Amino acid sequence: MAAPSVSRRLMLGLPLAVVATGGIGFYALLERMRSGSYNPQDFNNPLVGHPAPEFTLPGADGHQGFDRAALAVQKRPVLVNFFASWCVPCAGEAPFLDKLAQSGLDLWGIAYQDKPEALALYLAKYGNPYRRVASDRSGRVAINWGVYGVPESFLIAPGGMVRWHVAGPLVPEVIQRQLMPALRRLA
Amino acid sequence: MKRVLILLCLGLMVTFGIAVAAGTAAMADTLATPTTIVRDGVTLTIAQEKRAEVIGNKLRCLVCQNETVENSRAGLAKQFRGIIRRRVVRGETNEQIIAFMVKRYGIFVLLKPPLIPLTWLLWFSPAIALLAGLGVVLLARRRTAPGPEPDLTETERARLKDILS
Repeated sequence: MAAPSVSRRLMLGLPLAVVATGGIGFYALLERMRSGSYNPQDFNNPLVGHPAPEFTLPGADGHQGFDRAALAVQKRPVLVNFFASWCVPCAGEAPFLDKLAQSGLDLWGIAYQDKPEALALYLAKYGNPYRRVASDRSGRVAINWGVYGVPESFLIAPGGMVRWHVAGPLVPEVIQRQLMPALRRLA
Repeated sequence: MKRVLILLCLGLMVTFGIAVAAGTAAMADTLATPTTIVRDGVTLTIAQEKRAEVIGNKLRCLVCQNETVENSRAGLAKQFRGIIRRRVVRGETNEQIIAFMVKRYGIFVLLKPPLIPLTWLLWFSPAIALLAGLGVVLLARRRTAPGPEPDLTETERARLKDILS
């Protein structure tokens, strides 16, 4: 009579274990959403692992613009950051971008659908961590990068390959858990 | 005099007739269905617009992610509609235009996921679930199938003998 009791225990325990695992998984998902390391609206940008797309953008007022070739000839990794003065999460990530720039990472900004006056005010207020600021007035170049909102950031390796991408603000959690390991892989 | 009057009347009737005919022709001309329309900043024919709508209805608006590009009011979706229409006018096929979007935004931009190895589990999960359910039912039936009746115990045998005698 040992066999049926084992299977009965299994019949009771297995669904319970499945539900418990699901619950723990769901809780972990919520925690990661809260900390910013998981964005349920995100999807894998197909550009990662491929060269940056062909583009040429003029500089924003008083700044140097750039194109694909300028990115490709860099000897150090470049973090390309799509942002806009009208974007609230961009202002949120601004202090962390400043810290990244101070730590020696090259940041190149692309102002997405922004007006020159608003952009100048924004950079004056939140600081300018960028070595170059290009202006994508129409947002057409952003579409070629697969950008669907701001902020979005791309890590470009020397040679012009896109090595990492995030859609959403570069909060410390994302910097520590994703950007830093990606940078270490490039070194 | 009478003849002159009749001629005059006839002449008037003819001119009126011509005027009416010309008028209706002109009216018909302006009321005819237009052959081109302007959508999202692009001028295109009705047939081209219909094709653009078919494409836009297959694509996800990436800002409000459960809407189609055709239905969404987001700025990015409007831009997508413009791109789709310009490419339709340029003569690109539906497949080419959809491939343009997938290249930039991945298969997530497609509202209907394609059947590729990555999506096998998604597409075949109903069949897998059905098979698993059938398996469970078969197992359960086999387990509850009545086995042979156990033999009578000594006391039962004695009682039976007692009753039968």
